[in-house]
Amino acid sequence: MGFDYDRRPVVIEARGVQKSFRIPDHRVDTLKERVLHPFAGGQYRELRALRDISFDVHQGEFFGIVGRNGSGKSTLLKIMSSIYRSDAGRIRMAGRLAPFIELGVGFNPDLSSRENVVLNGVMMGLNRKEARRRLDSVLDFAELREFADLKLKNYSSGMMVRLAFAVMVEADADIMLVDEVLAVGDASFAQKCLDVFRAKRRAGRTLVLVTHDMATVQSFCDRAMLIHDGELRYIGDAEEAALRYFRLNFAGAGAEGGPPEPGGVPDVNVRVVEARIENENVEQGKPIGIAVVFEARHDLDAPVFAFHFLDADGVTVFGFNRALERVAGGERVRIAGQIDNPLLPGRYFVNCWISRNRTQGDLALHVVRLLDFVVYGTRPGPGSVAVEADVEATIERDRAERAP
Amino acid sequence: MTVLELQEVRGPSALGGGWRRSLDLLLLIAVNEFRRSYLGTALGYLWSLARPLLLFAVLLTVFTQAFDLGERVQQYPLLLLLNIVLFGFFQEATTQAVSSIVNQEAIVRKTQFPRLVIPLAVVLTSVFNLGLNLVVVFAFILAFGVGPMWTWLLLPVLLLALFAFTTAVAATLAALFPRFRDTAIIWSVAATALFYATPVLYPLDILPDPLRELLALNPLAPLFELARKWVIDPDAPWPVAFDSLAWLVPAAIFAVVCLLAAWIFRREAPRIAEEL
Repeated sequence: MGFDYDRRPVVIEARGVQKSFRIPDHRVDTLKERVLHPFAGGQYRELRALRDISFDVHQGEFFGIVGRNGSGKSTLLKIMSSIYRSDAGRIRMAGRLAPFIELGVGFNPDLSSRENVVLNGVMMGLNRKEARRRLDSVLDFAELREFADLKLKNYSSGMMVRLAFAVMVEADADIMLVDEVLAVGDASFAQKCLDVFRAKRRAGRTLVLVTHDMATVQSFCDRAMLIHDGELRYIGDAEEAALRYFRLNFAGAGAEGGPPEPGGVPDVNVRVVEARIENENVEQGKPIGIAVVFEARHDLDAPVFAFHFLDADGVTVFGFNRALERVAGGERVRIAGQIDNPLLPGRYFVNCWISRNRTQGDLALHVVRLLDFVVYGTRPGPGSVAVEADVEATIERDRAERAP
Repeated sequence: MTVLELQEVRGPSALGGGWRRSLDLLLLIAVNEFRRSYLGTALGYLWSLARPLLLFAVLLTVFTQAFDLGERVQQYPLLLLLNIVLFGFFQEATTQAVSSIVNQEAIVRKTQFPRLVIPLAVVLTSVFNLGLNLVVVFAFILAFGVGPMWTWLLLPVLLLALFAFTTAVAATLAALFPRFRDTAIIWSVAATALFYATPVLYPLDILPDPLRELLALNPLAPLFELARKWVIDPDAPWPVAFDSLAWLVPAAIFAVVCLLAAWIFRREAPRIAEEL
């Protein structure tokens, strides 16, 4: 992306962060047991959630933290957010921080959204005056102005998500720590989040994103960090981090790195050089011109490129595959052409699944969100596609005559 | 873009994020909670008043009809009402504080929230309730012909001491509950015992001597005794003889409870999120 993060000041500096959790074999959680068995509580296993994690994040950077469930990435985020305390090491940050471990946390269902927004603003580190001043813009962003005095328990879940997201956007912190927030909503919500995050980046804000969604990491983060079993395994290029994550996930423990084993672990390793839709947006009924160029980093044996077109709700509308015999490392693959366009007006996304030897049952390894585009036109309809329907409506004459 | 200075992330604590933010949060939460319980229901305030008044009616009947406290103690009904309202505040605040942090689990585990604010907000909400109840108490006092006295102005001092003690107990219980889940049961029994061991139903001076001296050690006792003397009956005896240094014992217990609370809460606060 050509983002020269090195020249920007460091806003998050972590050095040697460690964290262990004690997991008692026999949990003593009453005073009575503590009194009756004063020495019973001494046995516990120690789970080392984080070992010696050090990294820097620069101002205006979008930094991904990826890793499997239980790898320690959420623990790290919670230490950065002052929810947990680290056992050793230190973290320093510059500027006001807004952690979003979960959307809408701390909302009180018995209060109106007006009261909740002010409360949440204060929780984000604003003072009461500032929080009240931001109230209007939050309600406007959420498009909930008419419902400002309605208690939150009467909100629909969609309204709740909108409000929570608006609070997050308008908190306007220097550093945002976000944990899997994109996973709660539908695809259009995720898209809205990403649009907003991009605007934040332009305003010089820093974002740390913990996620499972490698497509987001690849298309969105400047750099990323891979954590596995509490250890920092990789830090740097976002695509490389995502790739290593895939390898870890599909290969099982211990297979990270190293050369691909023939016939064993599938190893797809490509980079998106270019992906575009002709004219960016497409008129309804006109064919979609697409051009994508991948670069193979390793030799690929019989790779399959599966293109999926998704609607705004994340539902696949249609797709097609293109396969090649063999691609050598360093070679580029160009997939381009015209596609019939049955799509109704709306927003669509293109994902590409790159797998090897689909017929032999290998897993799809590499999911890339390539593109998003809008189909515009004046003939909306139900669903996502328009098809030619050779169907006629007539009145059955003879039956109508017979009826008394 | 302005360059901001790097600052150490210190992890969760009792008042993380600064005094200012903690105070803002405290006020917002307590006011919201208070409004919710009173403005939400038409009879909200009446209900909260009904409880102490009902208890008052029952106890008054028992202790003036079955026992003869009505004759032995000046203005006994007024004393009983004042004491019930004061102790009711202590009991309500501490009992609700026990599980307060666990009830706010989502906030504690998922946001950067100053831990001490949670039990403090419970206490502050009870302070608002107490304020409203005291209006009624003083209406009764005036209606019973006890005129305004300059010593009424000393009541806020007693109330502040009561708030401090209540806060200390509330914070201790709230910090211990995530680790020791029987704290709630133990405290409900202990609070009831304390109700009888504190001069709520009776003034200390009508008790026989060894018992009187024992109960005078209760740090709440001087507060209730002084409230009686300053608000209702200026002729009532001083709670303790100031020349004997006996007053040092409840004062010391008071101080120890407060210091212990501060120590326990500071120790537990960083780890509370992990215990839940």
